[in-house]
Amino acid sequence: MNEPADGTVRIGSADESDAERRVVVIGVGNEFRRDDGVGPQVLARLRECVPAFVQLVVSDGEPARLIEAWAGASLALVVDAIRAQAATIGRLHRFELDRDDVDEVRAVSSHGLGLGDAIGLARALDLMPDRLVVHAVEATEFGYGVGLTPEVAAAVGGLTAAVLRDLAD
Amino acid sequence: MTHRADRTLVTKGLARVEGEGAMYVRVNAGQVEEVRLDIYEPPRFFEAFLRGRSYTEPPDITARICGICPVAYQTSACQAIEAVCGVSLTGPLADLRRLLYCGEWISSHALHIYMLHAPDFLGYPGAVELAQDHREIVERGLALRRTANAIMATIGGRSIHPVNVRVGGFYRAPTASELAPLAGQLEGALELALETVRWVAGFDFPDFSCEHELLSLRMPGSYPIERGTLVTSGGLEFTPAQYEEHIIEEQVPHSMALHARLAGHSGHIMTGPLARYTLNSQWLTPLAAQAASAAGLGPTCRNPFQSIIVRAVEMVCAIEEAIRLIADYQQPARPFEEATARAGTGHGVSEAPRGVLYHRYELDAAGIVRSARIVPPTSQNQGAIQEDLRGFVQDRLDFDDHSLTHACEQAIRNYDPCISCATHFLDLRIDRR
Repeated sequence: MNEPADGTVRIGSADESDAERRVVVIGVGNEFRRDDGVGPQVLARLRECVPAFVQLVVSDGEPARLIEAWAGASLALVVDAIRAQAATIGRLHRFELDRDDVDEVRAVSSHGLGLGDAIGLARALDLMPDRLVVHAVEATEFGYGVGLTPEVAAAVGGLTAAVLRDLAD
Repeated sequence: MTHRADRTLVTKGLARVEGEGAMYVRVNAGQVEEVRLDIYEPPRFFEAFLRGRSYTEPPDITARICGICPVAYQTSACQAIEAVCGVSLTGPLADLRRLLYCGEWISSHALHIYMLHAPDFLGYPGAVELAQDHREIVERGLALRRTANAIMATIGGRSIHPVNVRVGGFYRAPTASELAPLAGQLEGALELALETVRWVAGFDFPDFSCEHELLSLRMPGSYPIERGTLVTSGGLEFTPAQYEEHIIEEQVPHSMALHARLAGHSGHIMTGPLARYTLNSQWLTPLAAQAASAAGLGPTCRNPFQSIIVRAVEMVCAIEEAIRLIADYQQPARPFEEATARAGTGHGVSEAPRGVLYHRYELDAAGIVRSARIVPPTSQNQGAIQEDLRGFVQDRLDFDDHSLTHACEQAIRNYDPCISCATHFLDLRIDRR
């Protein structure tokens, strides 16, 4: 948090002149709202082991900011805590969407993940990444406080590994 | 705030989407007897969490309170702590602070205008539907944000939660040649912002005037953004150190809501673009002033519906300021002023996109935070919004609950409260007797 910036860090650039394959991992959440901090925590783990070309972005999940983070990416991975009906706390989920995939977008978007708005907007503006993969963990505590509940904390390793598997492909 | 959009997985059937805001209306024999609005959560967790931390930490920690305006939190926090340490930024460091803040204004206002507010005026449920019909309009908003993000990334080190900000200034100050490329982007953004003012000026605006006491900062000669003294529409002027003598925050019974009023007055106060504009329009930058006039705004504006025009004008102003600051910039010898911890209490204010943001910190001799107080703009505005909604609801009692909820959400969006990120955020309960 307090480390000095070393030159500029350009995150989420939609610079289309960048010919390289752009890969971004977006950790959605806030570390001061208990289980909502799981996204940023996974990102902290990833920071230690991902190759330099992988961009890591912490986001609050607001749709315009998500789009800014993933536009132009060949692969975007989103990591997030979610609330599920009939929940199993700590259970992991993985959804993959590609740019042209209409039916799956509908399934996650209506009344579903807040991500739905970002996906709907990105599709309308032709700003979807080539591939979008969502890694989610069912969580329970979203009030103010620092620290994950035990089941969610236990899932951080599995979530991180799942993201790394997608990055390896 | 640190509100989060509720993210709920649908397994089978519809998920319950929880509202982040609650509103209660009691109607008796066709008259609205009571309206209670609770859309804001006081940052008490952060005020407590900061106790025992070092004086260097509040800017980074409080930046987490709001995803939309981290720079505002960093700035008010830095200025409060700098006040304890006897430090005041001048010259290029002060310019960098204002320039970074301009980036945040552009970003936040573009988001609110294009994604949240314009859809309401154009009859769309949200930005997605607006984009499906008018892609180029929403692309204009995103293009403005790209320029804003470039400013924040260049100076702040990241466009999300800038890491380059510290008490006394910055960890690293950019060179003039690092800032130069932003000038070209800003010229393009200026055209888009002027187009934005022309576009929103053509919307249909209901007649409505709010008569609350207005509160903003003032920096004579400049439009107030990153610092200033405090002024009210009633003619009061006071320093940040006097904030708590003049602005009283009271907890409303049976609610999390806090309502702010001016000491010695019974009415509510309101802060934000309408207050800034009404109290400082004579100091708008030239093109912003012209655009405001062409849009039909007089020297003051008290119609919350027309706040969308004011935000667009403020975007033009922030862009003109950014262009000027970059043109005049010379890299400082050192990226920060040394701020040595000492015992004392410091107060800091800045104009977040949504209004005056006040921080106060008490430090001990070792620079440890003994107490903190943070008063965001939405906290100050909640009482005023509630009062305005009373009349709004009275005129719409024939609406069914679903339509009334939607109408109230739209009305609340006029005030751009911190939670308006969510399209559906209001849990409205109506008690009809």
